[in-house]
Amino acid sequence: MSKKLISFIDITKSYGDNIVLDELNLYVRENEFITLLGPSGCGKTTTLRILGGFETPDHGRVIFDGKDITCLPPNERNLNTVFQKYALFPHMSIAENIAFGLKIKKKSRDYIEDKIRYALKLVNLEGFGDRSVDSLSGGQQQRIAIARAIVNEPKVLLLDEPLGALDLKLRQDMQYELIRLKNELGITFVYVTHDQEEALTMSDTIVVMNQGYIQQIGTPEMIYNEPVNAFVADFIGDSNILDGIMVQDRVVSVLGVKLPCVDEGFGSNRPVDVVIRPEDVEIVAPEDGFMEGDITSVIFKGVHYELDILVNGYEWLVHTTQLYAVGQHVGIRVIPFNIQIMNKPESEDEEAVEIDA
Amino acid sequence: MVKKTVSGLYLAVIFLFLYLPILVLIVLSFNDSKSRVVWGGFTLRWYSSCFQDETIMNALIMTLQITLAAAVISTVIGTLAAIGISAMKRRNRAIMLGATNIPLLNADIVTGISLMLLFVKFTNLGFVTVLIAHITFDIPYVILNVLPKISQANRYTYEAALDLGASPLRAFYKITWPEIKSGVFSGFLMAVTMSLDDFSITFFTKGAGVNTLSTMLYTELRKGIRPELYALSTLLFLLAFFLLLLMNYRSDRQVRQHAGHHPDRASA
Amino acid sequence: MRRLMRQLLAGPYLVWIAGFIILPVGVILYYAFTTADGAFTFAHIAAIADPVHVKSILLSLKLGLSCTVVCLLLAYPLAMILSSFRFRHQSFVVFLFILPMWMNFMLRILSWRLILANSGIINALLVRLGFGPVKLLNTPATVVFGMVYDFLPFMILPIYNSMTRIKDDIIEAARDLGAGNLTILAKIIFPLTVSGIISGIIMVFVPALTSFVISDLLGGGKVLLIGNVIEQEFMQGTNWNLGSGLSVVLMIFVIASMAVMNIFDKDGGGAAVW
Repeated sequence: MSKKLISFIDITKSYGDNIVLDELNLYVRENEFITLLGPSGCGKTTTLRILGGFETPDHGRVIFDGKDITCLPPNERNLNTVFQKYALFPHMSIAENIAFGLKIKKKSRDYIEDKIRYALKLVNLEGFGDRSVDSLSGGQQQRIAIARAIVNEPKVLLLDEPLGALDLKLRQDMQYELIRLKNELGITFVYVTHDQEEALTMSDTIVVMNQGYIQQIGTPEMIYNEPVNAFVADFIGDSNILDGIMVQDRVVSVLGVKLPCVDEGFGSNRPVDVVIRPEDVEIVAPEDGFMEGDITSVIFKGVHYELDILVNGYEWLVHTTQLYAVGQHVGIRVIPFNIQIMNKPESEDEEAVEIDA
Repeated sequence: MVKKTVSGLYLAVIFLFLYLPILVLIVLSFNDSKSRVVWGGFTLRWYSSCFQDETIMNALIMTLQITLAAAVISTVIGTLAAIGISAMKRRNRAIMLGATNIPLLNADIVTGISLMLLFVKFTNLGFVTVLIAHITFDIPYVILNVLPKISQANRYTYEAALDLGASPLRAFYKITWPEIKSGVFSGFLMAVTMSLDDFSITFFTKGAGVNTLSTMLYTELRKGIRPELYALSTLLFLLAFFLLLLMNYRSDRQVRQHAGHHPDRASA
Repeated sequence: MRRLMRQLLAGPYLVWIAGFIILPVGVILYYAFTTADGAFTFAHIAAIADPVHVKSILLSLKLGLSCTVVCLLLAYPLAMILSSFRFRHQSFVVFLFILPMWMNFMLRILSWRLILANSGIINALLVRLGFGPVKLLNTPATVVFGMVYDFLPFMILPIYNSMTRIKDDIIEAARDLGAGNLTILAKIIFPLTVSGIISGIIMVFVPALTSFVISDLLGGGKVLLIGNVIEQEFMQGTNWNLGSGLSVVLMIFVIASMAVMNIFDKDGGGAAVW
């Protein structure tokens, strides 16, 4: 395991009555691609801005490379930010934009020229140095913003929803581009996004946040396969989240049907959240299923069909590669390993907010 | 925090500089002594004698007439012109805008003199010549306020309205007008501001017996200052204050209504 | 077809341009280049070389430039302070600067006369403090003071406008790349407000250069600007041809100063007042 490069210790930040971060603790390892993921207002951008030096926390400390940088202004921190809306300087050429930080550090002319050439090559925009900012497309401006940051050789690159303003295809291309850059540069990336697909594709570690609290920290696989609560499950991909009762170890009751599962230690007759991914639901003949219901909608999604199946008043979301007809009566099954049991949130703070899928 | 104090202090000094003369006039308007430095007690008599003063009242009425007439006429001509110019090809548009810039950028005194030279060749100086002169320097402000609104406006909505069977007039009223009216309104305001405050151009284009407040004051000031003028200043300031406050309130409300449709969602 | 119809709406204005913008310029040029009996002459233009006229145009340039420089020095920090305050309604700021303009400027200048007079408020204070009356009126400096007072909002508003258009993240990006406050001011804020500064300079310098009322009211007839000379040719003298000739020269000065400013305004946009 590589060493901890950045630690957030008990960070609290509020604007007026609105507490944005509450006693946040988090560390970032060297050379890690870490993503802060969550809906609008979850505190992810504030966390990044505290690291960048644009906000000062009300309480708590930020340790960077062994030093307390909590009160250090942004221009004295050895990290650089790629801004959401590029924030290129409109009155400067592309080369001047890239050279900005180096000129402040009083680097030699030759060094700066070399760096500009290197950076433009790195982001696949060779020969764009003399162009003006507004002659570039959104994707190109984004690349220049990255080039402008990395020529300063920061130990950490902060990226604030850098792909948010790009269209879908470009966004996917840039995801691979960013992974390549990260590997070539060998530095730490701290990435902020609300797009779970982006987070799953690129990150070494994902930090899921909601309403100022960290919900879960883990690898993309962990976060997707073993969400710790209904919020994470709902935010990462589509899920069926049902109210259930843990009857005893390895038995959960959902919609009045007792199902075998693998979880233990929840006690007996406790209310729990039951999470089942739509691709884990199998469709079988009515008599073979745990429960049976009617298909109310079928939508073709390319790789699979998305079905709604109405069972005892609950509409299940199911992914399948086989075609069924609307109105067909079917049974559904889930293997015990694919049933996730979670504690219900205890306090209002932990309450999962409704989010748009 | 020192920085904040210095900033605040600087701001206060500038505003004192801008508002001190107005404050002095207001205080003097209630002063029962003709002296400028001695407080002789509170009085309203300068106000009553101000209202009875024919020179002041005539100039006030003349000013309001010219300002309003010039602002209304230039708003109509200017708005129509802006719509026309927006439909023109690049070269013609450049020519029209170039001509529009002439009264805007030229020295007032030169504009005034050249108009006067033209007027005396064909007619006598009087109310009408002043009005024409005011309209001439008002129109550019209207055009410059309306034109950006027209280019921002969605041209397809107007065509869609025609496509759906609206007459051009109805389509304009229902579709184009709501999009440009804030520009027309601020153009009108600019025209009022410019007309109200103009001296030089009125001075050269007015005939004998025609006096706006500016030209009346210019003659009066050479004779010496009467306390009635303090009362007049106070009244004008209050009028301006309430009118501008009203308009500010109006535009704020528009902003807020607009914002209501696009709630500003703070990102994370 | 429909496009043509729309263009026709500019018709009344086109007539207005021809009649009241182009034609008057023609008339003043005609007067400037003819004698009283209609013969062509270049004498009225050349009259600017007359020592009296040279003196007044130099004084006008001097006072106009001083006024512009003072306005710029006062307005720039002010615009920075105002834009750092982040008023919820920017229109309120504009309101505060427009409000005095709605009260006749003749009255406000009159008030300054009261304040600055030998028997005025400031001197009354000074006498009480034992500094004796100081001559504050009827000097060239008083005229510059009055011009600054009258034209300052025209410098503040365009600069303030261009400053509020600079997005926060641009400043943050510069800071992120290592720039301190001075670098940000010199490399980011200043270049991005040049068009506002240019508009401000034009809007202050042209009226200051050509003013004749302020010099009349605060200069006590002792400060003779080129505007005063021209005014006197029309209102007191009878030599309209000479007055027109000097007006044309003044026009050339205005055009020249704008041409100079345009060289600096790379954006070509220029910021509107509001």
